[in-house]
Amino acid sequence: MNWVWIGSNLDLIWGRILEHLALSAPPIVIGFLLSIPLGYWASRSKTARSVLLTLGGILYTIPSIALLVLVPVTLGFAILNPLNVVLALTVYAVAIMVRSAADAFSSTSRDVLSSATAIGFSRAQRFFQVELPLAGPVLLAGLRVVSVSTVSLVSVGSVIGVDSLGSFFTDAFQRQFPTEAIVGIVAILLIAALFDVILVLIGRVLLPWNRTRRAAPARAYLRPVGSS
Amino acid sequence: MIEFRDVSKVYPDGTHAVKDFSLVIPARQITVLVGSSGSGKTTLMRMINRMVDPTAGTVEIDGQDISKIEPVQLRRGIGYVMQNSGLLPHRTVAENIATVPRLTGVSRSDARKRALELMDTVGLARNLADRYPSQLSGGQQQRVGVARGLAVDPNILLMDEPFSAVDPIVRDELQQEVLRLQKELAKTIVFVSHDIDEAFLLGDEVVVLEQGGHIVQKGTPEEILAKPANDFVATFIGADRGKRRLTISDTASRGDDRVLVDAGGYPVGVIAAPDGRLAVAHPSPKSRSVSNKTDQAGDA
Repeated sequence: MNWVWIGSNLDLIWGRILEHLALSAPPIVIGFLLSIPLGYWASRSKTARSVLLTLGGILYTIPSIALLVLVPVTLGFAILNPLNVVLALTVYAVAIMVRSAADAFSSTSRDVLSSATAIGFSRAQRFFQVELPLAGPVLLAGLRVVSVSTVSLVSVGSVIGVDSLGSFFTDAFQRQFPTEAIVGIVAILLIAALFDVILVLIGRVLLPWNRTRRAAPARAYLRPVGSS
Repeated sequence: MIEFRDVSKVYPDGTHAVKDFSLVIPARQITVLVGSSGSGKTTLMRMINRMVDPTAGTVEIDGQDISKIEPVQLRRGIGYVMQNSGLLPHRTVAENIATVPRLTGVSRSDARKRALELMDTVGLARNLADRYPSQLSGGQQQRVGVARGLAVDPNILLMDEPFSAVDPIVRDELQQEVLRLQKELAKTIVFVSHDIDEAFLLGDEVVVLEQGGHIVQKGTPEEILAKPANDFVATFIGADRGKRRLTISDTASRGDDRVLVDAGGYPVGVIAAPDGRLAVAHPSPKSRSVSNKTDQAGDA
């Protein structure tokens, strides 16, 4: 471990961390947003479910380096354009997230949905006010997996020349200099942990009811009628 | 007043859930649709708020054909209480009760104020307002369900086996609560049940249904008890097993009360007999709030 190298390259490390963040956050967000309508569709139709989930499975098995080369070739971006990495990682994010989203929407109780309709929610109101929040816990669980996976996959971009913390790995390999690799790994772990903490906190704020679910029912709060 | 006119519901696979059903449900009283599963009772109820649309015939509310009313608007004007309460697990008790007023644009604070009042109405302590449904007992959840059904002060309240999943003692309480509320509020209540004792307790009018929504008998509980239309009804109400034929026990007595036994000799209740003379009851819907002890004994 070469501490001197770390001390004298703090700017470089910080820059790579920012690059890594900039490459990993968009695929997570875009992948999540795209998966919601797709997952909802998959939860409503058996055909859609089998097609989308199979497709997701196939996409996920494409090796990441192959995908990173395929994206610029098929879409015509310059090979060094960071958009290639963002797009490729979005594909992976959707591939994982569609299944979670489909499960999330399938997990909501039919009784609750039918009673929501029966008391007068319109379709859009029911989706945004009932189905989406109730799918929240399972969506969040899926998103946490996507987040970790994306943060680690970003480093593959360095192979095609898109800089991120992954560039420390290629560099360390070429220079036989393990310190760089260790710095890269630690920084990636920290980013993954940071994203995870952020997601959990967002979940706490948006899904406060989820924490009380398994709490014991309150008895002894019934008061006799008429004794107001 | 709700009127079914020659209503049928055929599902795409050809099953007749309901066939040529006609019924007038009078306003401001409790009508219980009772029958076993497959009798179409829930389908019929769900036609009133267009959760199910009939394949033939019309349903009218106060003379208006409801197929002409937009379903979402229609449903917001009709209270609906279902089994397992159907509460929104991600909203607190007060938010659940305030759901429909909020959908129709009532302000948050007004809706909450009204929700708290409704909690009083249905006998829920206000300190439960900010709890989530999962933190309540089954009986409390059903009370929240009833409060939510009443939130827009609807003329019509649909109750789809609301108490079938709670234990007998709580069910008893909730049934009494419905009778008490009905005395105060006088809604047009359509109540679906598979439990004939519940039907007799709550119903001003009871409609006994057979497969496919066929009305076997319709009348007050007294009429049905006195003259079951056929063997099916007799079996359904338990008359054939002697459950309904009570005699005064010679041996057991309690002060001025005489113990009643059914045909099997099981004690099922007591009857007031001051100075050895039987008290004569004049049943009327408004005075019916005695607890019906025969049901538990009969089911045991």
